[in-house]
Amino acid sequence: MGKLIYFWEFFKVGLFAIGGGMATIPFLTEISRKFGWFTEEELLNFIAVSESTPGPIGINISTYAGYTAGGGGFGGLLMGVLCTLSLVLPSFLCVVLIARVLEKFKQNSIVKGVFYGIRPATTGLITAAFLGTFIKVFVDTGAIKVFADVFGAIDFVKVGLFFIILGANMIFKKLHPIVFIAFGAVAGLVLGL
Amino acid sequence: MNIYLQLFLTYAKVGVMTFGGGYAMLPILKREIVDGKKWITEEDLVDSYAIGQCTPGVIAVNVATLVGYNKKGILGAVCATLGVIFPSVLIILSIASVLSAFSDNVYVKHAFGGINVAVCAIVTLVVAKLFKTTVKDWITALLCVGTFSLTYFVGVPAILCVVGAAVAGLIICGVRNAKANKADKDGRGAK
Repeated sequence: MGKLIYFWEFFKVGLFAIGGGMATIPFLTEISRKFGWFTEEELLNFIAVSESTPGPIGINISTYAGYTAGGGGFGGLLMGVLCTLSLVLPSFLCVVLIARVLEKFKQNSIVKGVFYGIRPATTGLITAAFLGTFIKVFVDTGAIKVFADVFGAIDFVKVGLFFIILGANMIFKKLHPIVFIAFGAVAGLVLGL
Repeated sequence: MNIYLQLFLTYAKVGVMTFGGGYAMLPILKREIVDGKKWITEEDLVDSYAIGQCTPGVIAVNVATLVGYNKKGILGAVCATLGVIFPSVLIILSIASVLSAFSDNVYVKHAFGGINVAVCAIVTLVVAKLFKTTVKDWITALLCVGTFSLTYFVGVPAILCVVGAAVAGLIICGVRNAKANKADKDGRGAK
């Protein structure tokens, strides 16, 4: 029974995360806040590893999240597999059902309407999920007691590094994200972040 | 070789060779299953992508399920789907096992401190790109900002937002279609 909640939560992620791997983030952020199976910082680690390894990002992230939710070790391995399969199941069912009525489905005005609404909403959801996580990376929110503490709580070294990587990424658009992640790792070691 | 095994192995190969999933998988799929195995035509592949986007879940996996299903029914879909996720699961679990053993190591912590900053930069650009492709007019802008505000400031669960946006999209497109039909009729009437 205890495992059923994991299955159900990842099933819901698979069902409602529409529009690619990153769309899983808002739902996984909610899971992190609700159940504490992994922290939001760990979620960033999942993304980093998922971007740097082969395979669809959504699958990589959910496998890693499942492993961590299972507490690592053998239980983590099992949970990684279980959570990934749970995430895939709803889309598997949808696609198999839709495959029979493929042509009608594509031209259906109801389907078009639904996706016209969901696409921008997903962007809003991803932005909201990340804003919360971003703030935690750059600002030591625990240190803020009164408003005057805000300035001192911001990690300006990290903010500087952020803009350097952002700028480099905008200039060298063709470079694979793994390059920037590797640069971040080296910078983190050198600066002792 | 058994067709089911072929579906599994071919998709496992595609999974290993793709970095980033989704559209990054398109050229590799073209080489493997359109040019190589000749399971589907290039047009079918593009169609599959359209369907993959319009169904929940990970696009690359949906495309695998669809191609597998069209080739060999449910069992074919199972083989292709398991094939495409197999390398990911294997690789991620290996890395996760190794990293978790070193998670208390001070150097690993510093490295991830920097990596998190890099991820923030990468995601910022991903989100910026998403804005460009999904926000096209003032209605979609409103839907995007509305969803953001509801979930960020009010704490409305993401699932409710998705369902709400779907309903809103339905209504908006319904109204538009009705208007277009009416204009069409009026236009004919004037003639």
